[in-house]
Amino acid sequence: MNQSEIVGRGNRDGARLFREWFEGLTRAAEQNRPAAYVFVMGSLAELLRVFDFPIVFPEINSLQAAVRRVAHEYLNQAEDYGYSPDICGYVKADVAVQLRGGEHPMGRIPKPRIAVLTNACNTYIKWAEIWERMYRIPTFTLDVPGSRQAGGPTWPGQRDFENDRRYVLSQLRELIPRLEEISGIRFDIDRLRETMKHANDMSLAWKRVLDLNRSQPSVFNALSDGTIYLGVSNGFRGSAEGARYFNDLADELAFKADHRIGTLTDERHRLIFVGVPCYPIFRRFSELFTEWGGTFVNSTYLWFASGGTNAGYQYDLSHPLESLAEGLLINVRDAMDSMFFQTQILADMIDNYHADGVVFHPIKSCRTVSTGLADNRRALMKLRDVPTLFIESDMMDRRVVSEAQLKNRVDAFFEGLVARKTTSAISHQPSAVSVSP
Amino acid sequence: MTTLTFPEWRDQPLEQALYHCRELVEDTEFPTVRRWREAGGKVVGHFQVYFPEEIAHAAGLLPFKIRGAPIEPTRADSHFGSYLCSILKTSLELALSGKVPLELFVTHPICDAARNLAGVWGRNFPYPCQILYLPQNANSKHAAEYLRGEYDRLKRTIEEIVGHAVSSHDLRHSLDVYNENRRLLRELYRIKRETPWLLAAEEAYALLAVGGLVPREEHNALLAQVLPQIPGRAAKKQDRIRVVFEGGFCEQPPLDLIRTIGQSCYVVDDDFLIGLRWMLDDVPTAGDPLLSLATAYLENSSYSPVQHDLRKPKEEMLLQRIRASGAEAAIIAAAKMCEPGLEEQVGYTRALDRENIPYFVGEFEESMSSFDQMEIQLQTFVESLLFD
Repeated sequence: MNQSEIVGRGNRDGARLFREWFEGLTRAAEQNRPAAYVFVMGSLAELLRVFDFPIVFPEINSLQAAVRRVAHEYLNQAEDYGYSPDICGYVKADVAVQLRGGEHPMGRIPKPRIAVLTNACNTYIKWAEIWERMYRIPTFTLDVPGSRQAGGPTWPGQRDFENDRRYVLSQLRELIPRLEEISGIRFDIDRLRETMKHANDMSLAWKRVLDLNRSQPSVFNALSDGTIYLGVSNGFRGSAEGARYFNDLADELAFKADHRIGTLTDERHRLIFVGVPCYPIFRRFSELFTEWGGTFVNSTYLWFASGGTNAGYQYDLSHPLESLAEGLLINVRDAMDSMFFQTQILADMIDNYHADGVVFHPIKSCRTVSTGLADNRRALMKLRDVPTLFIESDMMDRRVVSEAQLKNRVDAFFEGLVARKTTSAISHQPSAVSVSP
Repeated sequence: MTTLTFPEWRDQPLEQALYHCRELVEDTEFPTVRRWREAGGKVVGHFQVYFPEEIAHAAGLLPFKIRGAPIEPTRADSHFGSYLCSILKTSLELALSGKVPLELFVTHPICDAARNLAGVWGRNFPYPCQILYLPQNANSKHAAEYLRGEYDRLKRTIEEIVGHAVSSHDLRHSLDVYNENRRLLRELYRIKRETPWLLAAEEAYALLAVGGLVPREEHNALLAQVLPQIPGRAAKKQDRIRVVFEGGFCEQPPLDLIRTIGQSCYVVDDDFLIGLRWMLDDVPTAGDPLLSLATAYLENSSYSPVQHDLRKPKEEMLLQRIRASGAEAAIIAAAKMCEPGLEEQVGYTRALDRENIPYFVGEFEESMSSFDQMEIQLQTFVESLLFD
């Protein structure tokens, strides 16, 4: 395979898979198939695929509406219905999709017959209550207890971990009969093994993808390319296509690393992104950084929005259900840690990815991700001598996105970064006049 | 512990005792915490909404309900971004300013903002700052057993702080103290429902809210003295509408706002500080006290926008509250930027529309100081009902 065939394959295939996924959802809507609504942090796709549910990620639907620059139409409709301007924009865009009978810029979204959600975000629970009211469907909250405090995760064998694991496992056992009842399909543990095997392959490759961006120059942009990867990792988790995509992607990025092919032709600043991207002006938002030669080498977004699968956790297929419970506990907890207890995670990212700066981007819509960022920034600056930028906007609502203000702040950040590097370079040059003893 | 943290009301006539309760609730210096600490006591600060105070009480700690304050968050502001509710900032301010020193801070996954507090707090203070993971799948058959384990974990954390074990006997004693408190609070709310003209809305609120600031024995003594005196007050029933106030489960409206509402309405039930009366009945003291506490949390409890339980659809629970209290209307409020409260307003108002129950929708903030506009709007609402 030559360079032109392999480089860019991940983005091309990702776009194709995405189109196919939404075409499948449109067919499911037309056939009135019972869909399962899920969320990115702990989707349980491995289990739901066993019952052949079309899987709908309303977060991704909402994100797509913003990227396609029509989010405001959906937000307005939900606000007219009664929802406050001060709640999550993803929720409101979905409310409007439901009010429109599933009409969406990428196709048609089937109605839910069940919603399965974790507690990784509290808004998931409130969101599902809306579908409960609209459609009188069952919702199932898989409660996954997270870390109780910073630096304090528990592990298998410890009393508190085992208490959490028993709870998660019991809930899975309670969920399965409901899925059987709604889908009309008997639970088949061998099919579960199969989907978990695909999830294992995907997780391993996903970890490899993330690790490969330690290369200099970096081989993908965590903000722009990373969002494509996230879409596939969620929409195709537990499937053969998903596993194949990530293996191919890892190979592509390894090729780029081997041949020193960077995501930018001139990588000048390696950055870490903390928060959720600004989707209403997504391309422009990314350009604000790339125009300065800045690229994002990693982000907490890639961690939590992949449901914590970034660590590459591998299910034990000889005990599928028990291992699914343990994996969910560890992965979803990890996703939550990368939002709530992220200081050390970021310090490690800076070290491992040779980052020059950190961009904090809290957004109005998401308190889960945004509440702790200002304080976390203060703590991180005590741990590492690294420039940081703190900018606020939104992932959905262009009313709170000011491109001019963002540009001003981003430009000032890069000017500081350049000055800092210049000063550092000068101070590390051998002195022109040396004084010998 | 025999420390008196709130001596002002003792040996005072009813009106004076109520005055001191209002003063304490509005006192942003939190003198009860100061007095407790001066006597050598330790404090667990627990953020809204519900916390199993009995476990801290059994260890001899003061469980202090952290619910913000009407203060300027001058130190805390730079620790947060925009678009957040006030209570987060002012709660941290109380700790950063040194007004409320703690040995343990506990928050809960009640909302996306509050669960971040363990991280924020933990980056700024050396003592343990934790999330207590109350079960969010209240309908799992395993939830009570899980919660019993989580309470046991909390107990071990507390035991490390106090340096001694907490026995089942200690816990049962605390359950007794809190059961008495629950009984007295039910009596307070019976008075609100049956004879609201005898107890102003802000007086009832102050009597309740003191419970989050003092040891529960003191609260019991206060209520035991005050409540029997209320039927003897001379107030007469007036032409006001009976309302339920919904939206006070976390951030609290200023006392003056409650007073404003009380000028045109009888607040016959509400969800103010609902965590203080989360359990609807006594918690059994026989058997394993931690399991009893966990079971009661799930099986015999009130409702709020931050707990999802398929057995308690929130609009149905609100309708029950309205019917049980004989209310004619509802005030559906939410703290500014409070996501669960704002989201719930939609479900509540649609259910009220369906049932033809009048309602008033509003937002508040703990630090608001002007009530004129709300007063006018509320009076218009009330008049529209009275003269309909």
